[in-house]
Amino acid sequence: MSEPAELSYREAVRSAIRNAMQDDPRVFLMGEDVGHYGGCYAVSKGLLDEFGPDRIRDTPLSESAFTGAGIGAAMGGMRPIVEIMTCNFSLLALDQIMNNAATLRHMSGGQVSVPLVIRMATGGGRQLGAQHSHSLEGWYAHIPGIRVLAPATVEDAGGMLAPALADPDPVLIFENALLYNDTARVDGLAKADIDHAAVRREGTDISLITYGGSLGKTLAAAELLEQVGISAEVLDLRVLRPLDEEAILGSVARTRRCVVVDEGWRSGSISAEVMARISESGFWNLDAPLARVCSEEVPIPYAKHLEDAALPNTDKIVQAVRKLLGR
Amino acid sequence: MNAPSQKVQLNRAHCRQLMHQLLRIRRFEEKCAELYTQEKIRGFLHLYIGEEAVAVGTMQALGPEDAVVATYREHGHALIRGVPAGAILAEMYGKQEGCSRGRGGSMHLFDAAARFFGGNAIVGGGLPVAAGLALADKMQGRPHVTACYFGEGAAAEGEFHETMNLAALWQLPVLFICENNLYAMGTALNLSESQTDISAKAASYNIASEAVDGMNVVDVEVAARRAAAAIRETGRPYFLECRTYRFRAHSMFDPQLYRDKDEVEQWKDRGPIARFREWTLETGELREEDLAELEELVAREIADAVSFAEAGTWEPVEDLTRDVGAERRQ
Repeated sequence: MSEPAELSYREAVRSAIRNAMQDDPRVFLMGEDVGHYGGCYAVSKGLLDEFGPDRIRDTPLSESAFTGAGIGAAMGGMRPIVEIMTCNFSLLALDQIMNNAATLRHMSGGQVSVPLVIRMATGGGRQLGAQHSHSLEGWYAHIPGIRVLAPATVEDAGGMLAPALADPDPVLIFENALLYNDTARVDGLAKADIDHAAVRREGTDISLITYGGSLGKTLAAAELLEQVGISAEVLDLRVLRPLDEEAILGSVARTRRCVVVDEGWRSGSISAEVMARISESGFWNLDAPLARVCSEEVPIPYAKHLEDAALPNTDKIVQAVRKLLGR
Repeated sequence: MNAPSQKVQLNRAHCRQLMHQLLRIRRFEEKCAELYTQEKIRGFLHLYIGEEAVAVGTMQALGPEDAVVATYREHGHALIRGVPAGAILAEMYGKQEGCSRGRGGSMHLFDAAARFFGGNAIVGGGLPVAAGLALADKMQGRPHVTACYFGEGAAAEGEFHETMNLAALWQLPVLFICENNLYAMGTALNLSESQTDISAKAASYNIASEAVDGMNVVDVEVAARRAAAAIRETGRPYFLECRTYRFRAHSMFDPQLYRDKDEVEQWKDRGPIARFREWTLETGELREEDLAELEELVAREIADAVSFAEAGTWEPVEDLTRDVGAERRQ
């Protein structure tokens, strides 16, 4: 058997879109610059030629209108994939996401289904300043009626789209923009599960719970900690709503200590929610206070040294763990 | 199914039908106001009294496969669209026999079978969804129209302009129906718009657009049939501004400090029911006894609706979190 091909995160998403569109004529992609430009992050490059302008739709710069149109099209029997350039821009569509997509099923007494997928880039680290660098997935995880996914690996980037499209309810997929160039040897695009967290590294001394763009930093920290004799388990949340509470509590029960790593701001963040769940249901398994590494409470600045200081990094994670363990 | 024809036959049967529909809304809304004061209905209640000709006239142009997206002032639209009066009233009572199982209330009436997609209480929020429903029809080759109702206040929202542009650009079969009642809650049109001609705004996006006397049910019907026929023929959107007036307060909490009583009385004199009544009696299309018969028919329907709502049941609290997501994912 030959070795699987090297695939980038970007190519994995593109292949997943292509496969979905080949498999189901109801699937189409729309968003700003997804067609002629090839996608702001080149995810949809080449798809316009392959599928034509009816199914690869360049939209005007109208986040609210095209997201709402995705909702209506989903209600009308289509399976739209809406791409929003960055999660900062998604705030212009927040009315549609919150007041319609997430709400219509319940508000209609179960009559209206919105099988819509919204993909957007998230995260900082590219010196793009405060309006292109935020991590707002934690906010969206606050909303009942939607599923929030954060693929951190090439496998998940390629594997989460198909089950998201099969979901009868809206699914938001946050792709950390720093991951697009990550590569892995992947044997085809297996359908990923979109219900569960995944243990990415086993360990016995502490649980490092993270997701998305912070997974790589956290795994790197675990390697460094190994060198000083600390065995860290790394749990990738993968799904921010609904949270896989069983996996979170299970990991903490094994290691009895926990640091949460989250690129969102600390206040009111998904890390706060994870810690609250552990406090509520896993308190008696803990041997140490909970700790976390988050973004500093500042709009992400442009200057590289300041941006670096604002975001979680491997060193901060190592320091947080060592402080907690006292070694 | 056949789409309604473009032609309006103003014969006795049709006049009777229009009058019946106008009266259904008027008497239903009056009953709602009464039930609100009895605290049977709670929350916000927005009555459509004075604007009936818009829903009645425009709905004549829609077939059963067409879709409707409405606002929070949508009892009349739901009624005319065929949502049973009992299910609407039960919804306002908060009963599980309501058309949204008591989860929506007055502002969020839904009936998927009637292709009645709410009941949207975010001003302008229904417009993008209507564009999407039309996009789905277009992409799947279905010859349907999506009727999208909103007030003139929506014209100040970004979603209005975004949707006008998208619908025109993508040639989406949407019938935009602006119910211009001159007040966005309590703010008069000239206090909220630099351009008070709403139909001109739509025209600026290259959308076929016209304004019509929204107090005249026949004028509205004629315009709506013309618009729907154009949409079915060209696949492009059409914009109908219906100039109308709300006789009652914005909601039951509104003391109406922003307009004169005289102004309201003047509009009432040329109200949609008064005018149509006068015209049909004058022309002999209807007789006093027809009107009495219709009133009786409507009174019976409403009495039955009240009984239905009263007899309705409360959903068990154990079911509180149902319908947040689908029960089964495929």
